This record gives sequence, C-alpha cells and structure tokens, in this order.
Amino acid sequence: MQDFLHWLQHPGLTHFLIVSGIMFSLGVFAVLTRRNAIMVLMGIELILNAANINFIAFSRYSAGTLDGQVIAIFVIILAAAEAAIALAIVLNIYQNFNTVNVDELSRLRD
Amino acid sequence: MDFFTIIFYVFAVIAIASAAIVVFSRNIVHAAFALLFAFFAAAGLYVLLMADFLAITQLLIYVGGILVLLLFGVMLTNRVISVDIKTGTIQTLPAVLLSAALAGMLTGMFWSTDWKVTPDFIPPEATASKLGEMLLTSYVLPFEIASVVLLVALIGAAMIARREKKG
Repeated sequence: MQDFLHWLQHPGLTHFLIVSGIMFSLGVFAVLTRRNAIMVLMGIELILNAANINFIAFSRYSAGTLDGQVIAIFVIILAAAEAAIALAIVLNIYQNFNTVNVDELSRLRD
Repeated sequence: MDFFTIIFYVFAVIAIASAAIVVFSRNIVHAAFALLFAFFAAAGLYVLLMADFLAITQLLIYVGGILVLLLFGVMLTNRVISVDIKTGTIQTLPAVLLSAALAGMLTGMFWSTDWKVTPDFIPPEATASKLGEMLLTSYVLPFEIASVVLLVALIGAAMIARREKKG
C-alpha cells in the first residue's frame, strides 16, 4: 500500500502508458459498438491519440532521442488524411443511401 | 505532491473522462464536443512530456482540423433539427467484455513490465528545430512519402465528395 501511494505520487513512464491504454480501450469500444459511421471515426481518432501518447512517452523516458516524436508527427499526418477521406466517403454514402448506419451498408453500389 | 504530479492527474482525468463521454454519450454532438476536450488534454500531456511542438501541432491539426471536419460530417449526415441525431449501440455486452479485458491486460502489462528508463535524458528546450532537422535528414523518405499521401488524400477527398454530374 505504501509502495502504491509512493508510485501514485511520482508520475513516470508507466502512468502515461496506462492513460493511453485506457484511451485505446475506449476507442476500441466505440469502434465495436457504434452504428453511426462518424462515431466509429471518432473511436479511431481516440485510438490514434492513445498511440501518439505512447510514442511520445517512450521518446521522453526511454529512448533518449526524439525519434518517437517524429513518428507521432507521421501519425498525426495520417490521421488527418484518413479523416478527410473517410468523411468524404461517408458523405457520399449518405447521398446515395440516406443513412450512415454501418449495419445497413452492405453494398458498394446502388 | 509537486506541481508536475497535480498537472498530470488533472490532464489524465480530463482525457479519460472526455474519452468516456465520447464513447458512452447517446448524442453525437455531445460526443464530438467531448472529443475536443480529450484532444486538449492529450495536448497537455504532450507538454508534460516536453513535446512542445507536438502539443501545438495537436491543437492545430486535431482540434482545428479533424474535429471541425467531424462536426461537418455530423451536421451534413444527420437531421439536426429532428430527433434522429441520437445514435444507438450494438453488441454492447461482448464489446464491454472485450474492451474491459483489453484495458485490464494493457494496464497489467504496463504495470508489471520493468521499462528501460534513461533518467539522465533531458530533451532540448525547443524541439521544433531538432524535429525539423530530423525530418530532413534521417526521416526524409517518410517525410516525402507523407507529403505525397497528403496530396493524394486532398485530391481523392475532393473527387469522392464531389456531386456527380447528372447524365
């Protein structure tokens, strides 16, 4: 117990990793349960953010270099590209099928 | 209980609570705005990890770009006036079990592993110049590929979202 309190009072690598792990699990939950395609996208953004926290935490505490931060920049770039493309697809689906419910979308053409 | 500890717990609680609101809220607009706070808290955590450039990038790209895109998506694909804005969930029980197991396993793994820590490493005061140097030396190929990816995404999104000409 005394050890645990001491651990709580000195945030280090493990604390950041646990925060990112919880965020990752919440994102997975959103991807698994949500029916709205945009909510699924939000879950994916949470997952990417959790991965970024992990990269930067390891870069700060473990690696001794800034390589993790460079990787995090690439993750942000890919997240931006992914969000733009995915929303364009979702808008197109909405125009054609009038729904964004991922359960009802099982065809690629009208 | 020093300043770093207090700030860390404030940002960690905001991040996890907002992420939980994003995931569990029935109203998609509430979820989108909770995502804003989750991104802000993540930027705060980056500052604590001495990644100043990435914190600003996070604010500019996630909060300023991706979140606005998502809100556009919400408003263009839902009948905002009517009650259709609520979104349901499916397969809740298996998903709860799976994500809880995932969170437990990840936390246990992070907790029990003896991570290699280099305590004497002090990151540079301002990381932007160092990051720019690395992007144009050891990471120049991924950097160029990323620029091509962004160009393709730009053109592709415009092509996909464009309304088709009739006839």
